[in-house]
Formats: sequence, structure tokens, C-alpha cells
Amino acid sequence: MASTVENISRATIRFAGDSGDGMQLTGTQLTNTSALAGNDVATFPDFPAEIRAPRGTRAGVSGFQVQFASEDIFTPGDQLDTLVVMNPAALVTNISDLRSGGLLIVNEDNFVDKEFRLAKLESNPLDDPDMDQYRVIKIKMTLLTRTAVEELELSNKFADRCKNFFAMGFVYWLYNRDLQPTLDFINAKFGSKPEIAGANEKALKAGYNYGETTEAAISTYQVEKAKLKSGTYKNIMGNQALAWGCITAAKLSDKDLFLGSYPITPASDILHELSKHKKFGVRTFQAEDEIAAVCATIGAAFGGHMAITTSSGPGIALKGEAMGLGMILELPMLIINIQRGGPSTGLPTKTEQSDLLQCMYGRNGESPLPVIASRSPADCFETAIDAWRVAAKFMCPVIILSDGYIANGAEPWRIPDYDALEKIVIEHPGERSEDEPPFLPYKRDDNLSRPWALPGTKGLEHRIGGLEKEHETGNVSYDPDNHEFMCKMRQEKIDKIADFIPELEVDGEQSGDLLVLSWGGTYGACTTAVTQCQAEGLSVSHAHLRFINPFPRNLEALLGNFKKVVIPELNLGQLQKIIKSTYGVDAAGIHKVKGRPFTVSELLAQFKEVVG
Amino acid sequence: MSTELPVLKPADFGSDQDVRWCPGCGDYSILAQMKKALAAQGFPREKTAFISGIGCSSRFPYYMATYGMHSIHGRAPAFATGLKSARPDLQVWVITGDGDALSIGGNHLMHAIRRNVNINIILFNNRIYGLTKGQYSPTSEIGKVTKSTPMGSVDNPLTPLSVAVGCGATFIARTIDTNVKHLAATLQKAAEHNGASFVEVYQNCNIFNDGAWKYATDRATKQDNVVELEHGKPLIFGADSNKGIRLNGLNPEVVELGSGIAEDDLLFHDAEAPEPTMAYLLSRMHQPEFPEAIGVFRQIDAPVYDDQLNAQVAAAQEAAPNAVLNDLFNSGNTWEVE
Repeated sequence: MASTVENISRATIRFAGDSGDGMQLTGTQLTNTSALAGNDVATFPDFPAEIRAPRGTRAGVSGFQVQFASEDIFTPGDQLDTLVVMNPAALVTNISDLRSGGLLIVNEDNFVDKEFRLAKLESNPLDDPDMDQYRVIKIKMTLLTRTAVEELELSNKFADRCKNFFAMGFVYWLYNRDLQPTLDFINAKFGSKPEIAGANEKALKAGYNYGETTEAAISTYQVEKAKLKSGTYKNIMGNQALAWGCITAAKLSDKDLFLGSYPITPASDILHELSKHKKFGVRTFQAEDEIAAVCATIGAAFGGHMAITTSSGPGIALKGEAMGLGMILELPMLIINIQRGGPSTGLPTKTEQSDLLQCMYGRNGESPLPVIASRSPADCFETAIDAWRVAAKFMCPVIILSDGYIANGAEPWRIPDYDALEKIVIEHPGERSEDEPPFLPYKRDDNLSRPWALPGTKGLEHRIGGLEKEHETGNVSYDPDNHEFMCKMRQEKIDKIADFIPELEVDGEQSGDLLVLSWGGTYGACTTAVTQCQAEGLSVSHAHLRFINPFPRNLEALLGNFKKVVIPELNLGQLQKIIKSTYGVDAAGIHKVKGRPFTVSELLAQFKEVVG
Repeated sequence: MSTELPVLKPADFGSDQDVRWCPGCGDYSILAQMKKALAAQGFPREKTAFISGIGCSSRFPYYMATYGMHSIHGRAPAFATGLKSARPDLQVWVITGDGDALSIGGNHLMHAIRRNVNINIILFNNRIYGLTKGQYSPTSEIGKVTKSTPMGSVDNPLTPLSVAVGCGATFIARTIDTNVKHLAATLQKAAEHNGASFVEVYQNCNIFNDGAWKYATDRATKQDNVVELEHGKPLIFGADSNKGIRLNGLNPEVVELGSGIAEDDLLFHDAEAPEPTMAYLLSRMHQPEFPEAIGVFRQIDAPVYDDQLNAQVAAAQEAAPNAVLNDLFNSGNTWEVE
């Protein structure tokens, strides 16, 4: 045993190495193990767009950050308490995030001249005098791992692939984590390949035992269970939660689910996840391109399925024309945009919130669509269900905005009881006989929604299309007054959704000096920073938008209750533009486009500056 | 009271909308023959859907009393794939043109065909852009003088049926707007085929490209310029049925019957050949060197996309008849918080 066990309330750890070093797996395992230990967890995977960027280079560094805590947390943490680096490139690209006094764990075997050259370093960065501010633990991980798996007689190349498990084992010792969940994982994942399972298990235990036997001259840490709301929990990632939310929404509305999709980072995992769930009536169509994906989705919606399409900014750009068609057809469907760094191909694996204006306005003609944004990985589940409720009730495509940070991040999800969820009631008009008056496909109900008449229903045969249609009959119409009437009608329908969605809630006082207005994946950082402001006695409140189109009906009044409004966004001020132009409010903005989420400390500093 | 189902007449398949194609357009004939083919087939009107893209031909769904969608340019095969995958009980038709299918929509056409989605794709080929008022199309002949090519076009045209062969089409046919009996029969065969059916219709645009198919439609010349394919029969054509197509190695040649050449020496059409080689060869026969073939080039049985997609869902449901979402939610590692 180490000499002392220190009780701490939270810890932030990052694993960084080559993109082939298995850092994502290592981080995921520590996350799951910590969640099972009852901690609250939040993660931030950060990896290059290339599958195997050149080995040893700075561009090829892949990282996975996790914060686990005995209290509610909303972010993966700002500064690192512990940084594990597998090579010099990982050290130089990550060291600035390690707090002074933090623990730096180094795979010493990779700190050699060849690796310095690959990382474009003149000398060993560990010799830098700045390193004195950290507690550095050098471990010959490659050598120790080879020795640990020696009896399995694997090649060095093969043995070296296990060194991430060694690093994991050492960190498990350091934070008093239970090895069993990861041993179970190894068995489940590699059980059919005993030599791989055996090697990984040996490496994991060797890392743990190395900490214990060398005592590494440090104390170890213990993070107690978090006090979460009672219930059964599991760890869930954003894209998985979106997929499950869609399946659930389909079941709640007694529909089969159809996904039309084209692979794109960071949305593809929704396609992968949904393709596994055919037994719940899920059909997935991997289309030839983004356009075909959304068009097939519209076709399936016409046929009566709960139809969805998933993509990211560049794909949404391609889908634009068809989204406009979906809007004028007035068919329900979900269009899911997992935002990434833009413009153009941009930063495919990094996060950003810069597709808001695209989703709001990126179509020809007057083409309003509801936009709903999820705020965290677990929240994606509810977001999908809420979006489908709106789509089905108001007969329109609904855009869901998520982002790479939410999509790949994980957090504990309080598992709902399916049977307790509110059903989504959808009614389709029934058969009509020849002597009844003709069916009117664009006759509207109190919500201004038209009927969802399904092909196959006798007497309801009708034609829909992209040309302007006459009120009620849906027949093609070039009449100028009708066109204006229909444009306004479609807008009014979307505006009416505000009566259906909840009012915006304020965290903190209902009026005061500063309102922080946020949306999407910045929820966690904003919540944490505002809570700290409030703890310091500042008059700062927080409101987080779920619906961006339409806005909650009390938003305007709320904005007027505060002396100042600030809108933090991972873009150059897109919500800010909309708020300013919609309400004439002089809202300030906090903007960041670095492909990374806000840190709590940078928000805190800026909130304080704005509030003065 | 009669227990017989009412029999629908061709007129019952027409909607109440005024048809707005130019007077004399070849589309009228295709519309009329489609109604006839559907009436003859007896498939329920409410189970039939027409999906189109953009262009003159793509107004077609508005004129049918079935379900229909006038979608966006070039994408009709993708909409149809989604609809048919979700609703295999429907008979789904795609109406498209040479610009819609082969220019902007080339990708979707290719993939709907290679997947073998059970839809019927009818391509109205008039070798011109009509709705945008007369630019050359991907099937226009080289040197075509149009509004956008005042000195003549320099791009090679596509042969739609060769494209279909290249995509592995399981049903390929060609017919002509004015040959009404052949047209109606071909549409019916396309409907009966299980899998993606691809039909090219030579269609005259009397405003922007009048007479594009004159050689194949004029009473005086058509028999010399068109050879009608029939499965298992030799390729014979000509006003006096005295000419035929013979294979010389891998090349077709036009021969005169008699003078030592008998019917048995000619190429016999085999629409069901497993390899599409002959279908391709026939699709490459162009005027003026060769008569152009009409009829069914190829018709083979092959697995159908939407059947297989739905079979996978059915198999998964059969294997887990009691699947409930609560089991999914609680799968993997979970923990309790008191």
C-alpha cells in the first residue's frame, strides 16, 4: 500500500499518446470504472481527424480527458490533476493544461532522440526547468509491459500494444479504482482471442502492482461516491443517447424508425448504434450521399415512418434543398446535426457551435424550421423525444443540434422506466368513400397542422411537391396572394410551437445585473461558472435555451429583467445575432472557435468582467 | 349486391388537374398508356405512388389519381428508395427525364439500380432540357446547337441503357412514345418485374427538339431503323423483314437474309442471360450504322434491396419477440444510487 490515501472531491485526468496508442479506450475504461464506483463523471475525448496520423508527431496526438467527482459536475474539468503521456509529442502538446503541482506520468522508454525529432524537439522536454513545477513520475512502460507479457511469447510489436493497459493499471492504483470492471471488459471484448485477453490483463495488473510495490513515493487518492438523485444509472455517450431517444420516440408513437444517413464525423456513431437495433423495428439506410440520405428520409416520412437523418455541417449544407422540400411538404421528420469545427471540412473531430445560422436560415425561400439543441450527453435522449413530439404534432421537420463534444462525451444517465414515459399520439386520417367530399391534404387543424395521410389509405390519394400549393387542396398554385398566405401560414405554424414548449427557466434570481444566456453543449461550463459567481455573491443568473426556434414565449420579458445579457458561444456570435435582431437587446458575446469547449475558468473570468 | 370489386378504367387513374404539357408533347402518350397499363394490371390505386424529380416529365404525378410526390431535381430514386423501404406494400414508380436522371441525378439513378430496389424507373428521353427552355442534355448528340451551345456541344452523350447495364440493372427496356401498344406493354412488364425496372422512352419534345426520334417514329423509316427485341427470337428488322443482326466475333453487324444467310445465323435475343454482355452490346447499337433496339433487353431474378432490408428487421424481431426498451436501457454496466 502507498503510505497515505488522500480523500479528494474531484480529479481530472488526461491520457495522451499516439493516435494508435489506445488512449480513447484507456480513458473510456477509467470513466466507466469511476461511474460504477458511484462518481459523477464527464469526459472529453480529443483526437485527430486522421486514423493513424504519422507516429510520434504532434499532429498524431490523441487525448482523452475525464473528470470524476463526489459531487455534481457538468464539465470534464479545466486544469489537469494528472497527465499521462506516452511520448514527447503528447507531452509538449498537453503540458500547458496540467496544473502546477500536478502529476505528470511519463512513458520514459519513448523519451529518446528519435522521438524528440519526430516531435520536432531539440532536446528532452523533461530536462526543461519548467518541469520543476510538476511532480514527474517516469516509468519504463514499454519495457515493463514487455516483461509482464513475456511468458505469452508475443512479438514486441504485439506486446507494445498493451502498454496503454499498463498506464491504465498505474492510474487505477493511484486513484484506488477497482480493476474488476476492466477485467470483465477485457474478457468480454477479447475473450475469443485468449492471448490478447491474457496480455492486456497482465499489463493492467502489472501497472497496478508497479504502483503498489514501488509506492512511487506519493500518496494515492480516493474520490467518494457522488450524491446523485436516486435511481439506476448507466454511463452514456451523446450519440448513443440520441439513437436510443429516437428508438424510444418511435416506440412511444407506435412507429417504426427509419434512418437515412451517410457516414460523416462526428455523426456516424448514430448510424452504427441504430443499425444494431433492428429488433425494435429500426431500418437504417446507408445512402450514396447526404442528399440521398435526406431524400430517402422524406420518402419514408411520406410512407408513415418516424424518419430521421443524421449528419454534420457539411452534410447539412448538401441536404439544404431537400430540407426545404420537407418543410413545404409539411411532413414530420428529424434532421440531426452533430456540429463540428467549420467552415468547409474544417476540423472534423473537434467541436463547435457554428451551424446555428445555417440551420436557422440556410435554405432558399421563406423556410422556417424548428431548432432544438441538446445540452449534454444524457440530455440527448430527452431531446430526441421532445423533437419528435413537436415534429409529429406540428407536421414539420425538426432540426436537432448537438456537437462533437456532446456526441463523444459521456456522463451518467438516470435510466428512465419506458412504461412511465408519456406516449406520443399520432392520428392518421382513415379511408374515405367516393361520395364524401374530396380529401383536403392541406386543410389545417387548430395547431395549423395538416393531416398525415398515408399511402395505402383508400380515398386519400393526393399529390405533394415542392411547388407552391393552394391552401387546403394542396394543388399547384401560382396565385400571388395564395403564395403570401401560405408563406405566412407556414411561419405562423412554427411560431405557434412556442405555446407548446415550456417557458425558459432561470437558474438564480429572476432579475439582476447579469443574465448568462447559453445554448447547446456549453451548458456544463456555463452552469459551473455561474454557480461560482453566485457563490461569490455576484448578481449573475443563467438561462439555457433548449428551443432556439421558436424561442420560449417568456424569453423577451426575461431579457428585460437584467441590466446586462451575455451569450457565450463556440462561434463568432450566432445566437447573439439572432437575439439582437429579434428583441433589439444589446447582448454581449463571449466567443471561442478553437475546436475545444469553454473552460470554466475562462468563462468565470469573462462573466466577472462583464458584470463589473 | 355485387361482390365483385369495382374494376378501374384508365380514366379512373387520372387526377382532376389540367395537364399543362405543351400541345403535341410526347408526354401525353406516356400518360395515357400509363393509365391503361395500371388499369390492366388491376393493382389498387391507393397502393400506387409516383415519385418524380424536376423537369417537364416530372409533372407527371400531378396528373395521376394515385399517391404522388413531385420532389427535387434528380433525387426521385432516393425518395422512392426511402418510400419503398418503409412501405414494401406499395407499387412505386419513378418518373424522370434525361437531364433529371443522368445529369443532376446520375448518382441516385446508379445506386437505386445497383441496389435493385423494387421500383419502376421510367426515363423520358427527349435529348434536351425542356422546362429550362432548350439547353442541351447529357443525351444530346455531339454538335448539338442549343441556347447554351451556339457553336455546337462538344460532350459525348450517354446511352441511358448502357448506364443501366453498367449498374447491374435486372430489368432494362426501351420503348417509344408513339408506339402506344409497345409502350403500354413495356410499362406493364416493368411493373411486373421484381426489382429495379429501368425503362427508357424515346419521347419527342416538339418545341425544343422536334423530330429527335424521327428515324424511329416515321412510318416510312421506322422499320429499317428499329429492331424489336423478343426473348428467344432472332433479331430481324426492315420493312420487308429481310435484314438481321449477326454477331461477328464480339461485334454486331447488319446482314441481309437470303443469299446464304439464314435466320439461324442471326443473333438470338436472350433477355435472361446471367451476364449483361449482350444487353450492353445491344444498347450500343446506334443510328445510322445500326437499327436501334426496343423491347426488353434484360430481365433477370436477383435479390431485391427492400425485401432484404425488411427481412433483416423481421428476422431480428423474430429472434427477440419480447424485446422491450427497458432491457436495452438497463443493458451493460449499471449502478444504483440510493
